[in-house]
Amino acid sequence: MEQEPLLDVKNLHVSFKTHGGEVKAVRGVSFSLEKGETLAIVGESGCGKSATSLAVMGLIPEPPGRITEGVISFKGRDMVKMSPKQKRRIQGVNLSMIFQDPMTALNPTLTIGSQLTEGIVHQKKATKTQARDKAMEMLALVGISNPEERMKQYPHQFSGGMRQRIVIAMALICEPDLIIADEPTTALDVTIQAQILELFNKIQKETDVAIIMITHDLGVVAKVADRIAVMYAGKIVELGAKRDIFYRSGHPYTQALLNSVVRLDLPSDTLRPINGAPPDLFLPPAGCAFSQRCPFAMEVCEHVQPPTTTLDAHHAVDCWLLDKRAVENRQRVENLQNQGESF
Amino acid sequence: MAAANGKWSQRIPEKVPDLWFRALNRNQEKQPEIVRPSVSYWHDMWIQLRKNKLALGGLTFLIVLVLMAILGPIVSSHSVTAQNLVMQNLEPSAGHWFGTDNLGRDVFTRTWYGARISLFVGLVAALVDLLIGVAYGGISGYIGGRTDLVMMRIIEILYGLPYLLVVILLMVVMGPSLLTIIVALTVTGWTGMARIVRGQVLQLKNYEFVTASQSFGSKTWRIVRKDLIPNAMGPIIVQMTLTVPSAIFSEAFLSFLGLGVQAPYASWGVMASDGLTPFLEGLWWQLFFPALFISLTMFAFNILGDGLQDALDPKLRR
Amino acid sequence: MAKFIIKRFTAMILTLWVITTLTFILMHAIPGSPFNNSSGKAISGAALKNMEAHYHMNQPLSIQYLIYLKSVATFNFGPSIKQPAQTVNDLLGRGFPVSFELGMWTLIVAILSGVLLGVLAALKHNGLIDYIAMTIAVFGISIPDFVLATMLIQEFAVNLQWFPAGTWQGVSYMILPIIALATGPMAIIARLIRSSMLEVLTQDYIRTAQAKGLSPVLIVFKHALKNALLPVVTVLGTLAAAILTGTFVIEKIFAIPGMGKYFVDSINSRDYPVIMGTTVFYSAILIVMLFLVDIAYGWLDPRIKMDREAR
Repeated sequence: MEQEPLLDVKNLHVSFKTHGGEVKAVRGVSFSLEKGETLAIVGESGCGKSATSLAVMGLIPEPPGRITEGVISFKGRDMVKMSPKQKRRIQGVNLSMIFQDPMTALNPTLTIGSQLTEGIVHQKKATKTQARDKAMEMLALVGISNPEERMKQYPHQFSGGMRQRIVIAMALICEPDLIIADEPTTALDVTIQAQILELFNKIQKETDVAIIMITHDLGVVAKVADRIAVMYAGKIVELGAKRDIFYRSGHPYTQALLNSVVRLDLPSDTLRPINGAPPDLFLPPAGCAFSQRCPFAMEVCEHVQPPTTTLDAHHAVDCWLLDKRAVENRQRVENLQNQGESF
Repeated sequence: MAAANGKWSQRIPEKVPDLWFRALNRNQEKQPEIVRPSVSYWHDMWIQLRKNKLALGGLTFLIVLVLMAILGPIVSSHSVTAQNLVMQNLEPSAGHWFGTDNLGRDVFTRTWYGARISLFVGLVAALVDLLIGVAYGGISGYIGGRTDLVMMRIIEILYGLPYLLVVILLMVVMGPSLLTIIVALTVTGWTGMARIVRGQVLQLKNYEFVTASQSFGSKTWRIVRKDLIPNAMGPIIVQMTLTVPSAIFSEAFLSFLGLGVQAPYASWGVMASDGLTPFLEGLWWQLFFPALFISLTMFAFNILGDGLQDALDPKLRR
Repeated sequence: MAKFIIKRFTAMILTLWVITTLTFILMHAIPGSPFNNSSGKAISGAALKNMEAHYHMNQPLSIQYLIYLKSVATFNFGPSIKQPAQTVNDLLGRGFPVSFELGMWTLIVAILSGVLLGVLAALKHNGLIDYIAMTIAVFGISIPDFVLATMLIQEFAVNLQWFPAGTWQGVSYMILPIIALATGPMAIIARLIRSSMLEVLTQDYIRTAQAKGLSPVLIVFKHALKNALLPVVTVLGTLAAAILTGTFVIEKIFAIPGMGKYFVDSINSRDYPVIMGTTVFYSAILIVMLFLVDIAYGWLDPRIKMDREAR
């Protein structure tokens, strides 16, 4: 029997009230995460991956947002049931977050030093000197030279890549167990992206921190993830180890995502965009949310939620195609694949 | 992982009829596109504004006010200027709804007459703002470079001028008249509008659609008229809704200094400042009604301006 | 920073020069000489000559302009026409400390209460406190200050007799004028702070601060307020102008012996040297205020590249 995972999310539902009605952004998401592991959550924009990460972080803005159902068990304690004060004791200390845009994630009117140290000063009651030493250590770790000088500067005096390094240093300063990184490289240049991903790998080696990496970029996933969760319309449709997802994917959406990536090693006509758009989450469909765009959709897909099929210990797929009765379709899938055609 | 949702949630998947496992023959290429119905800029703004009950209330009040300013003095059986010493300082009654003033003039009639003058002052101020401010800001922003630099320095200096002091100085020199008031209120008032329009134009002229228009060889004037001005219209309108009440307010202030519209004619400002002393003697209505209408008008324009601003804010548009 | 200050300083001097020149031109655009329209008394030919010589009015306009510039530069506007025993400087010297006291207290009260009201409204967005605060704010900008002042006198000085109705002799005399004068600017500040606070609270860096587990109080005061104050600082110059001109009205109504009262009296009696002196003086104060506001802005917001092109 394994010991209790670091993070265990069960049947999480998150809704946002808007003028047009209630958006069910996350509709029953479950996953778990071990110490030192990297889980990538992949999906199109609006699929609920950011809402999931905010929920885990305890930062769903209330109102308009609300966790309507589910359990988020972090180190054995359910965060959903915690008071704001209890949550604050964990936030920044055990759990920290890196946001998408380093240009806006730092307060423009405060020095880097002040923003770096405030967490450790207020949360861990460190003295000014301790905090400063720790901050400089962190800056050095993320590869910022001359930390003493840099501490006195303001965010606008740094480039985008540098700022993201600072944000990462800020997330690491209290030595958290888990870092949630929401699209940490999306706003950066490609060359800087690679450096930041390197940095994540390095940090993980040195600190054994667990990482949840939210991204829409499969290239990022390939570089850092141990396991991958593919989200679509508020649900995880496929969850598995990196190899499972990249080479043995069981869900048509995952396959479509993989086919929509520009690859230099393949002829350009293999690039297939996914037609259509995700469904409206004001009124989620009764059946599989992807059925409208799925080339293998069956009648059942439109009416009933697909059950979870476990392919092996760590690979689970929500799709009717894996049902015994879907033989006809499976035949078609295989035929297509045999003809060397992607869908 | 996935809890079933919706009305099928109680169904056990095994009970799904086998027939449902037939493939749907869907032609992928012909999927219906999800399109939002396209609505024009102004229509969209109106839809947004209509949701804001407060702003709509302000708009309604202003429409009624304009109608009353036009019709009030006409339908009233009392004269605006005729003095009647027998009827001095009468309380509001069936005959004189808002009472009479110290010269026996009907406050109700004078209030609507005052509305004409006050609204006229406000509207003319806004119009001049529009003409000078938009042209100046538009030219400065569109031409850019050295011209822009010089034009902005001029604005900066004008902006530094204490506006009301200039007004007072002008009034003292030219003598109080409606024309002087309007000249005085607009002499530096347009700089705010010019700044806003310039900012908008600077932003817009780098957008693709303007570049596209230029690459088609459109004439400058055509670009300004067809591309830039319509797109800068939102902030311009918001600014105008704020100019009107501030002009009315400034006129009231000038009236208090004795530099407002001269007797026997009246603006709200003149009536309110004439009503100050009687108010302390208990003749509350001579101050109350003009002051009430100044306040209501200020209020209406402000909430309308706020509403328009929200309606035009792309972040709030969905 | 130094370059920025020098640039602003030059602009300030230029603005001062424009306003003084404008004052000069306007004063000389008046038909006839100021002595003709002095109330009633006819002045004999010789006396008029004397007077004109005394005020350098027999000189060519260009010389008069230079003399005028010199009087502005040395800040010496000569005697009042209506009360020749007093110089303009005497009047300003007596009035200014009173007006300054009134204006400064008003500014302090308006900023503190406006910021408080705006922050409360933003934190309780769409709640009861928000509605109450914004109702107060809307009333504040909708009521002309002279109406408010009169109503305050009627209620608190005449009816309830809590405070004296006028003059300037101590703290209890200051309460009503300060309320009357501060209400408008307070309302403007409250509305500005509320909207900029709401905007700031949706910023990513606020979420970053929340993710650090900082307490809401710390987030509001350390992270949000400084950013939310920026738009207030930009209108401070305009507010100072509003308060300054507001003092004309308030000092007149409350019979406070400040600069504003002399100014209003001088307008009514067309006492040109006093009008001119006070205008230039007021302008100078305002322009210096705008200059200080600009400097403060650069200090509050480290992003300012000492260049206002983007604004």
